[in-house]
Amino acid sequence: MLVAAVVSLTILGTVFGLLLGVAARYLRVEGNPLVAEIEQLLPGSQCGQCGYPGCTGAAQALAEGGAPVTLCPPGGRALAQALAAKLGVDADLSGVEDKGPMIAEVKEEICIGCTRCFKVCPTDAIMGAAQQIHVVFREACTACGKCVDACPTESVTLQPVPVTLQSWHWHKPQAGSVA
Amino acid sequence: MSEYLLLLLATALVNNVVLVKFLGLCPFMGVSKKMDGALGMGMATTFVLTMTTAATWMLEHWLLMPLGIGYLRILAFILTIAAVVQFTEMLIRKASPGLYQVLGIYLPLITTNCAVLGVALLNVQEQNGFMHSLLYGFGSAVGFTLVMLLFTGLRVRLALAQVPAAFAGAPIGFVVAGLLSLAFMGFAGLA
Repeated sequence: MLVAAVVSLTILGTVFGLLLGVAARYLRVEGNPLVAEIEQLLPGSQCGQCGYPGCTGAAQALAEGGAPVTLCPPGGRALAQALAAKLGVDADLSGVEDKGPMIAEVKEEICIGCTRCFKVCPTDAIMGAAQQIHVVFREACTACGKCVDACPTESVTLQPVPVTLQSWHWHKPQAGSVA
Repeated sequence: MSEYLLLLLATALVNNVVLVKFLGLCPFMGVSKKMDGALGMGMATTFVLTMTTAATWMLEHWLLMPLGIGYLRILAFILTIAAVVQFTEMLIRKASPGLYQVLGIYLPLITTNCAVLGVALLNVQEQNGFMHSLLYGFGSAVGFTLVMLLFTGLRVRLALAQVPAAFAGAPIGFVVAGLLSLAFMGFAGLA
């Protein structure tokens, strides 16, 4: 009895799996491979600052040529350049202010622990609980700015990434300067 | 023939799956904001419900009953429903990308639409034959689609109405659903 139950369900599952596998092969929809490649370049935080519903929507619009390569504020100048190279268009980068990599920071003196910022954080980069001061995980923050809008006390601000022992690096060599 | 027609009428109107049996309320409230979405959802559910009633009847009579493992019914039925829904999703994506966009997240959610499992289980409970089961499923699905379209029409008009702030949005939707259900009680006299 037990064997019959196990065997029959196993066979059932296998048959359905095989049928669906065959169906997936015959009914496959050829997506635009460019969309997937562009989506890889985008930050993937689905912040919606570009006005499209998430990074997939933005990637589709970019692939169809319906959006400028400078549409992604968190990506900044580097992303605009990468997208322009990928799509083979000349990008007007003058409009993209390059603020350098930014990161969200909580001012602990005025944080009231309302939890609104970490509810909107798309990358789970803010940690906190009600009535507790929140803190930002620097590794996870993409500086999308959603928390800045959500904060009622203006305690969250975007700051340039602070130089630490881990993030410090030599400056790039200046062209033409010989030591 | 007239027996089948009566059965269709009974499942679609008198024992309406949404408003009388209160099954499948999630898509009823969720996808009833726009007409084309509601129609698409109704079509997809009709397809899935008819397919699953046929598949679960075969499963019940050729596998579960002969082996005496009726206690696995819910598990096996859900497995079947999930497979059929997945297949429907692939089919719709191939055949009609526009509808695929409109249905979005609600398409996989047909798997957990209790109307689908409920109709399959009711068929077993009432010991319907194959043709009977198929019509029962199809009739329920037609009833579901009909109610979806009726309710969507009401909600589209409601969106423009002046509703007191406390009732705006979902609450007035639930009130209207209750009134619609009351109206469908009137079909009980047909039986």
